[in-house]
Amino acid sequence: MSSPEPTWSALRQRLLADGVLAELGEPGMFALGSRFTAVFEALDALYVRTFANLDAEVWRFPPVEPKSVFEKTDYVASFPQLTGSLSVFTGGTAEHAELLKTRASGEDWEGHLEPAGLMMSPAACHPLYAILTGTLPAGGRRFDILGSCFRHEPSPDPMRMQTFRMHEFVHAGNADSAMEHRDETAPRLAAMLDSLGLEVDYVPANDPFFGRTGRIMAASQREAALKYEIVTHVYGPDVAPTAIGSANYHNDHFGTAFGIFDADGDVAHTACLGLGMERTVIALFARHGMDPELWPADVRAVLWAVHG
Amino acid sequence: MSDNTYGDRLAIREALQQFGRLNQAVSDLSDEADLFAAGFTSHATVNVMLAIEDALGIEFPDELLNRSTFVSIDALAHAVGMSRGER
Repeated sequence: MSSPEPTWSALRQRLLADGVLAELGEPGMFALGSRFTAVFEALDALYVRTFANLDAEVWRFPPVEPKSVFEKTDYVASFPQLTGSLSVFTGGTAEHAELLKTRASGEDWEGHLEPAGLMMSPAACHPLYAILTGTLPAGGRRFDILGSCFRHEPSPDPMRMQTFRMHEFVHAGNADSAMEHRDETAPRLAAMLDSLGLEVDYVPANDPFFGRTGRIMAASQREAALKYEIVTHVYGPDVAPTAIGSANYHNDHFGTAFGIFDADGDVAHTACLGLGMERTVIALFARHGMDPELWPADVRAVLWAVHG
Repeated sequence: MSDNTYGDRLAIREALQQFGRLNQAVSDLSDEADLFAAGFTSHATVNVMLAIEDALGIEFPDELLNRSTFVSIDALAHAVGMSRGER
């Protein structure tokens, strides 16, 4: 008897065979084809339409962030296993010669590079808080953030890429307004995803905090009901569902770290609604097939209705 | 039976003072006082736990790695005892 196929194997093969994705040669690294991109853009536009009432300010950030920003989020204390930093060549001719010698011998030459003081952004909203230092207006502010995220969790599962885009609606205000943002937007996102045939659930969750100490963090996060995920079955009803979105109340974590205050002078509270774009697009292909032209008419109508 | 309680509590107070990021002095807190009411956070529990483990040469077992272990100096002293296999 042959060993059982991994749960992701069949979906991965179909996505590659039909050119939705192409392999780049490392686990969790894919090129995204035109079918993928067409669905991505339609989904993104639908998401923006769904939350147009927030009148959110649009901000976009580079895929890397200064180490000073990364430090303030405390990310490496909680998630060292997911962390990635950028290295650069800073030597002269002699050091270049050494690098080339190492390379010619077939060994890894990245050891000749130096840390650049730049970190891969692990979450789209993290660099936002760096530009909010100071005092918020009454009622707080709302933001539309689409950004590239890096998380070092190499896997052949197409639902777990190492780099992916997250589209977030973030609120910075006080405790009440942050909680309200999370609890008002999440059900609407779940309804939007249901209208695409994804049959989602909204469940309490915790982040993958690292190691022994991470158990405390995860337990506290669940006890305080800070994080919820929107999950859908991608690999059938017998396999655990996959998160495609999340709704997070950060308490005053980022407010304290970045010196953000509400209109009353208290430390700001923040919350975000995040949609994992690549995961959601792939969940749609898994659910409806590899050719969007053949997707159910009601799903196509939601994604590609003519608006305006 | 060994009585480490006094030394344990000193080490716990020292760890809280250094890493607890509390909004009041640890010397003003009773052994029963709610640490989370004094500004303790889950982020800070991590560093406090590591400092206590370091100072006392123990390791909290996995089943104690939750919020209730960190709720007061008493609770922490009890957890230290459990980590030594006492009580």
